[in-house]
Amino acid sequence: MNIVVCVKYVPDAQSERGFDASDNTTDRENVDGLLSELDEYAVEEALKLVEAGEGEVTVLTIGPEQAADAVKKALQMGADKGVHVSDAAISGSDAPATSLVLAEAIRKIGGADLVLTGMASTDGSMSVVPAMLAERLGLPQVTFASELTVDGDTVTIRRDGDAASETITASLPALVSVTDQINEPRYPSFKGIMAAKKKPVERWSLADLGIDSSQVGLGAAWTKVEDVTKRPPRQQGTIVPDEGDGGARLAEFLASQKFI
Amino acid sequence: MRLTEDHHAFRASVRRFVDVEVNPHADEWEAAGRFPAHELFPKAAAIGLLGLEYDPEYGGEGADHSYQLVAAEELGRMDSAGVGMAIGVQSMMATPSLHRFGTPEQKREFLAPAIAGESVTSIAVTEPDTGSDVSRLRTRAVRDGDDWVITGRKMYITNGTQADWVCLLARTSDEGGHKGMSQIIVPTDRPGFGVSRTLDKLGNRSSDTAELVLDEVRVPVANTIGEIGRGFQQQMEQFIIERMFAAYSTVGTCDKALERTRAFVHERSVFGGPLASKQYVTFRLAELQAQVELLRSHNLAVCEAYEAGEDITRLASVAKLTAGRLVREVADTCLQFHGGMGYLEETWTARLYRDVRLASIGGGADEVMLQVLARLDGLPA
Ligand SMILES: Cc1cc2nc3c(=O)[nH]c(=O)nc-3n(C[C@H](O)[C@H](O)[C@H](O)COP(=O)(O)OP(=O)(O)OC[C@H]3O[C@@H](n4cnc5c(N)ncnc54)[C@H](O)[C@@H]3O)c2cc1C
Ligand SMILES: Cc1cc2nc3c(=O)[nH]c(=O)nc-3n(C[C@H](O)[C@H](O)[C@H](O)COP(=O)(O)OP(=O)(O)OC[C@H]3O[C@@H](n4cnc5c(N)ncnc54)[C@H](O)[C@@H]3O)c2cc1C
Repeated sequence: MNIVVCVKYVPDAQSERGFDASDNTTDRENVDGLLSELDEYAVEEALKLVEAGEGEVTVLTIGPEQAADAVKKALQMGADKGVHVSDAAISGSDAPATSLVLAEAIRKIGGADLVLTGMASTDGSMSVVPAMLAERLGLPQVTFASELTVDGDTVTIRRDGDAASETITASLPALVSVTDQINEPRYPSFKGIMAAKKKPVERWSLADLGIDSSQVGLGAAWTKVEDVTKRPPRQQGTIVPDEGDGGARLAEFLASQKFI
Repeated sequence: MRLTEDHHAFRASVRRFVDVEVNPHADEWEAAGRFPAHELFPKAAAIGLLGLEYDPEYGGEGADHSYQLVAAEELGRMDSAGVGMAIGVQSMMATPSLHRFGTPEQKREFLAPAIAGESVTSIAVTEPDTGSDVSRLRTRAVRDGDDWVITGRKMYITNGTQADWVCLLARTSDEGGHKGMSQIIVPTDRPGFGVSRTLDKLGNRSSDTAELVLDEVRVPVANTIGEIGRGFQQQMEQFIIERMFAAYSTVGTCDKALERTRAFVHERSVFGGPLASKQYVTFRLAELQAQVELLRSHNLAVCEAYEAGEDITRLASVAKLTAGRLVREVADTCLQFHGGMGYLEETWTARLYRDVRLASIGGGADEVMLQVLARLDGLPA
């Protein structure tokens, strides 16, 4: 079974993150980045499936120069090969454009029996790229899997909701997005780190994918961030001293804040 | 010597291993006085931690020594020093002689499972009556046909209650002094081999430390590592590697303690301002971090010289001596700046303060390092 895993290179949540003042897009130049932690679960799931059977895991990312690090990390974990789509014109792309580029890249890879994605990126966190990508590829979309099994030509997942868990089966090829409940991602071993240096990584531009630059980037975006305001510093909490009427005063406070 | 991107990637993996597999259990293992080595070691082995420098033929990684430095630094950052020490024993204290001098058969039987984390190992040199002066050890192996019959006692043996085999130093002749000793692999399931007691310690409490008793334990002479009669010399070389582990891991321990204390001094306020507004405090922390940087650079020099095949007795002894003293000063200062809170068992500083005391005793006491260095300088010692 051949699997393509879409992985995103995101700003490290540990570092100070901000916006580019000129166009209100996420500042990706001045921060350290890494493979989105939520995408590690997708990589792990792909590796497990291939290790239990056969086939290849290809990791695919769209992103700037440094996004090569995300591909590398996945290769160190054990993926077989990487594809990095990079083109200055892609900068500022929204979810529809991102999914367009991903779809064309997957076609150029030669398709896949299974496309895996994370449940959301840890920066944009819109959770819409997987659905858009499935639509563009004409694949069944099975999202938020907390358990996944492949049996012959079908994939079955469990999706945990607030009230119930659903079991969903789809025919392959399909697209599945996975949650952080599905597995415990491995960390690269010394052997994995060394082996990754010899694994092939393709670098593609928009031209390689036959996409016109007018279809992507900030100009083609369906949405625009008009304004960005920093979150105000947290307010001092309210301390309710208990002078025998603590319960009543707590209830009063909660009611005044419309919690009850 | 410069560390590369590959080193950084490996460092990240070791840190993750420590964060995921060790730190969440640290309190529990400290309280229990042991950690489950047979459960943890296979996980350490999975990322290559137990055989970094060893031959891939036996499951090793075939890496150069600099990866050992990176691994040890990260193990030094652990919340439970005893576990880091136990991994250090397995990878840099009990197995180097076997890798260097052992036969292919011995390596298949004993080294390969140690690298895979299936076997837990100990180094057994110290005895109740002698530690620093290895030339006075008394454990005796008497030859009987193709077997050694071993009788004696070994003291303070790390991993002692969990080990599957120990790398034992024993007398194999009556020559006395430095002569006539051999390194012998002793499986712990042999009749006559026993753990007489586990030892209650000031620090490194997650590590099981034991007194071992050998009462006419029979092992094949084929379990002798290297040359019969050269055990002392081989062990001295193995001790040099042990010193490197101590020095490398100390850098990680100091870094983490100083990082945490720098964060703390911003939060704690005294006399109307943060502790960090007191220049004495910030200068003291900067001064200690500067000394850590010197040790880090020195360690890289040790590593480079070792890789080049040079005799590193002087460099490694300087590193061990410096590390032992520095980490104690760091732990003491970090505790001091935490005030009364620092003295509480619930604050990390208390455990650290207890743990680091070992650094100037184990693996060759400070005075033993000074004795080595004085002799190299041509002084009577
Ligand atoms: C602060 C902010 C400002 C923004 N400003 C604008 C704007 O002005 N105009 C605009 O149109 N859009 C804007 N965006 C949207 C932004 O471009 C999206 O982040 C991007 O399109 C992908 O969506 P997502 O990160 O939410 O992905 P999600 O849908 O959350 O991602 C889910 C999964 O899709 C896959 N995936 C997502 N991205 C990639 C990738 N690059 N390579 C490989 N796989 C991937 C991964 O598997 C991921 O786990 C903004 C987003 C943010 C957070
Ligand atoms: C937690 C722990 C784990 C250990 N693990 C192991 C292990 O796995 N395997 C093993 O074989 N051993 C182990 N040891 C033993 C350790 O290596 C010895 O304790 C150490 O070498 C010192 O030996 P000793 O205790 O016999 O002290 P002694 O040799 O009796 O020395 C006592 C003190 O005398 C001073 N001294 C020594 N020599 C000189 C000198 N030449 N000049 C001046 N002063 C001197 C030093 O201050 C020294 O601390 C461990 C010890 C501890 C505490």
